[in-house]
Amino acid sequence: MARALGSSAPPRPSLRQPMYRFPKAPRPLAGGVPGRAGPSPLRRILACLPLLVALAGPAFGAVGRPEDRLADPGLESRAEQIGRELRCMVCQNQSIEDSDADLARDLRRIVRERVQAGDDDAAVMRFVHDRYGDFVLLRPPFNPVTALLWAMPVIAFGGGLAVILTRRRRAGAVEPPPLTEAERRRLADLDGGGA
Amino acid sequence: MSETPATPPPARGRRWMLYAPLGLAAAAGAGFWVMLRGLQTGEYDPRGVPSALLGRQPPDFTLPPLGTLPPVTVADLRPPLPAPILVNFWASWCVPCIVEHPQLMRLTRDGVTILGINYKDRPADAQAFLQRHGNPFRKLGTDEPGRVAIDWGLYGVPETYLIDRQGLIRWRFAGPITPEVLDKDLRPLLRRYA
Repeated sequence: MARALGSSAPPRPSLRQPMYRFPKAPRPLAGGVPGRAGPSPLRRILACLPLLVALAGPAFGAVGRPEDRLADPGLESRAEQIGRELRCMVCQNQSIEDSDADLARDLRRIVRERVQAGDDDAAVMRFVHDRYGDFVLLRPPFNPVTALLWAMPVIAFGGGLAVILTRRRRAGAVEPPPLTEAERRRLADLDGGGA
Repeated sequence: MSETPATPPPARGRRWMLYAPLGLAAAAGAGFWVMLRGLQTGEYDPRGVPSALLGRQPPDFTLPPLGTLPPVTVADLRPPLPAPILVNFWASWCVPCIVEHPQLMRLTRDGVTILGINYKDRPADAQAFLQRHGNPFRKLGTDEPGRVAIDWGLYGVPETYLIDRQGLIRWRFAGPITPEVLDKDLRPLLRRYA
């Protein structure tokens, strides 16, 4: 559904990455043709790599604008730790620290405001939890709704163990049926023939 | 060898297990079909999350007005209310909001009170939207920073909340109110809380 908050919000300027254009010239034959100077396409791509890496630089750092971060590194790292525990409700599989959605940015700001205002970690989490419910916590709490979720490893392990044990017991309990008269005679024949 | 005893036929009690995989596949197929239908009509949203505010009073807020309409305040949502009220978060940049707009217009014509909260929008854009598609809102506030929306637990637009006559949030729908959602969910709820 196209109801993401981030994508269609009022447009903001974005950096467009320059596209690398492959040269139109035909590929040189293997080994190269002497006399046709100029770097090979591969060389050119390699030459562009540092530029591309430099452009991708922001992707390696934390999301979010630097001006949103707290000046105090201690508080900032606390805020980041809290943010990593909170789900971005728009992307749903990222924490608000990892997501670039508008809502995640707003929540990052709120977390930082509360941290700066002196709230402890639990209070900040409670603030967000009160508004968005259990789903916003990336580590769901144990309650009647999530009981099945938390119990699932035990259920799966116990179930498997039960299946294995019952099959084993049954396999041990089954005795081969006694030989019929015909089978006994045939066996005696075979034994006799061998002697 | 003709004398090798053939494997015994499966015991009668176990024979049904032969059909178990077929039955499982049929059940899974039926479940999948129901899910797809729900996706199509908007009844089933895999990303849908229940609101944490159900059964509670709406959070306190004050919002600046938009245009000439009176602003929404939390006092509008405090009991006693003569009838249930809908609170709709929307934006002019939100495409599903266009999808749901005719249903909001129909509800207003039927006498349902809808209060609008314009989310992260430019006032001029919002007013142009209402001029073009009609205004279903009795009152309208603008939440340009999106803070009030977070107090409500909003995670996308459009989102619609039903407040009953006791002033408690009874229903939250995240996504556009399609005609199916209107007839199957919202109308019965409005009747129940009337």
